[in-house]
Amino acid sequence: MTLVPGKQQIRFIIKPIVFVLAMLPLALLCLRIFNIYGSGLGPNPIETVQDYLGIWGLRFILISLAITPAAWLIKKPWPIRLRRMLGLFAFTYCLLHFLAWLILDQSLDISAIISDVIKRPFITLGTLALLLLIPLAVTSTKGWQIRLGARWANLHRLVYPAAILICWHYYWQVKLDTIDALLYCAVLAALLGVRLWKRRRL
Amino acid sequence: MLIRVKQKSTPAPSEIASEAEYQNRRSFIRSMGFVGASTLLGGTACAQENPPETRSLGPLLKSQYSTDQTVNSYADVTQYNNFYEFGTGKEDPYEYSGQFKPLPWSVRIEGAADITGDFSYEDIIQSHALEERIYRMRCVEAWSMVIPWVGIPLADVLKRFKPTSNAKYVSFETVYRPSQMPGQRRPILDWPYREGLTIEEAMNPLTILAVGVFGKSLPNQNGAPLRLVVPWKYGFKSIKSINKIGFTETQPATTWNDAGAYEYGFYANVNPEVDHPRWSQARERRIGGGLFDAKQPTLMFNGYADEVAGLYSGLDLQRNF
Repeated sequence: MTLVPGKQQIRFIIKPIVFVLAMLPLALLCLRIFNIYGSGLGPNPIETVQDYLGIWGLRFILISLAITPAAWLIKKPWPIRLRRMLGLFAFTYCLLHFLAWLILDQSLDISAIISDVIKRPFITLGTLALLLLIPLAVTSTKGWQIRLGARWANLHRLVYPAAILICWHYYWQVKLDTIDALLYCAVLAALLGVRLWKRRRL
Repeated sequence: MLIRVKQKSTPAPSEIASEAEYQNRRSFIRSMGFVGASTLLGGTACAQENPPETRSLGPLLKSQYSTDQTVNSYADVTQYNNFYEFGTGKEDPYEYSGQFKPLPWSVRIEGAADITGDFSYEDIIQSHALEERIYRMRCVEAWSMVIPWVGIPLADVLKRFKPTSNAKYVSFETVYRPSQMPGQRRPILDWPYREGLTIEEAMNPLTILAVGVFGKSLPNQNGAPLRLVVPWKYGFKSIKSINKIGFTETQPATTWNDAGAYEYGFYANVNPEVDHPRWSQARERRIGGGLFDAKQPTLMFNGYADEVAGLYSGLDLQRNF
């Protein structure tokens, strides 16, 4: 099939396009912060920034988890080549979400931060999820892949518990109307379920 | 009968956020390809293109209970609301309340009082002088505003119905109009919304029946035409668009308490020492502060302890949260 992109096409066309698309939410947020685009951040800008970065973190986690099933679906391995970049974007948005909470919401008040992480289950979950993602981001390079060998794939399975924690973190934070959170949970369940299904069939 | 005088000089909410800005924001969200499912499921409500005009309420009495803290902007007060009858997003009430018709309005008074029955909005309000009450409003979600309400002391209204000695509590109910209130088409809460106060709380001079903000009648999203304001309690106690008031002998059921008794008590007094199970109530974010504004400490009874602490002497506030 001619639709399969070659190595060069992936490197010089598809990857740059995906990169720009993945930067777009962040770029639009910056434009909103500086009032260049949209109608600003609303009456509660800190909440807006935090929620926006968090939801995009979750979306990129789900997008990167959708790559492998997508490759199965089209029976071509090339989408796998986009997985690292999308995973790193997921980590970046999650980290920015965490930093927004740390700096904007908590104003770096260390004692308040520590007590929130310990006492608020949904914050505990979110922090835990970010901690799980850190080694994945660090070992995402080719060098680490070679160094860790077979252990690399095992290590990167941490993304599954991290994704579950992130969905749970979102669900628990909602006051009452959990339908959006449940929809994200359902997407994650489908993405994990298809993996289990595939494993059973092998 | 009240003659509704529409004043051309009265700014509509649409003048604060221009039509262009407003449209642009929606198209931004659409362009991203993501619309919250709750919005999608909200039904056929159309966005507030021509918000109903609010009318000026004329000369207002000043009040000793008003705070001199900086008042939030009209946009903050009218575009960042929790009013689940119009949707669960903070901007939903502003966007989806355009179909609501607050007048004519009638309120049913029932229960342990000598005078009961149906009374029009004008019957209830007309004989009272309107006061401006600039109050702090603390939401259970740990944010707060300073809002210039217009209203009358609830006690003055309630006394006219001559409650009997059996009236230990006062119950309130929000109107149920799913055709005009799109949020009511989803069973998010057990509609209609209900709230309640002890008779002492209802008679406290701080408690008001509000009919306006910023010197004008209440916009729909703020609880038109008639709402409760109880400034030492979390915002959800200040029930909006009231069409039923009852005097009861036993503690009335209240909506958020029914939805989660573990998280929302009947009293719901602002208390920095009793956390919500999922978040701290020790500090609050004052809306309107910008990106780098720090939270401020929450005060006991939202800073109204001098006026209301006596209502709760001997009551374990950790348990009766």
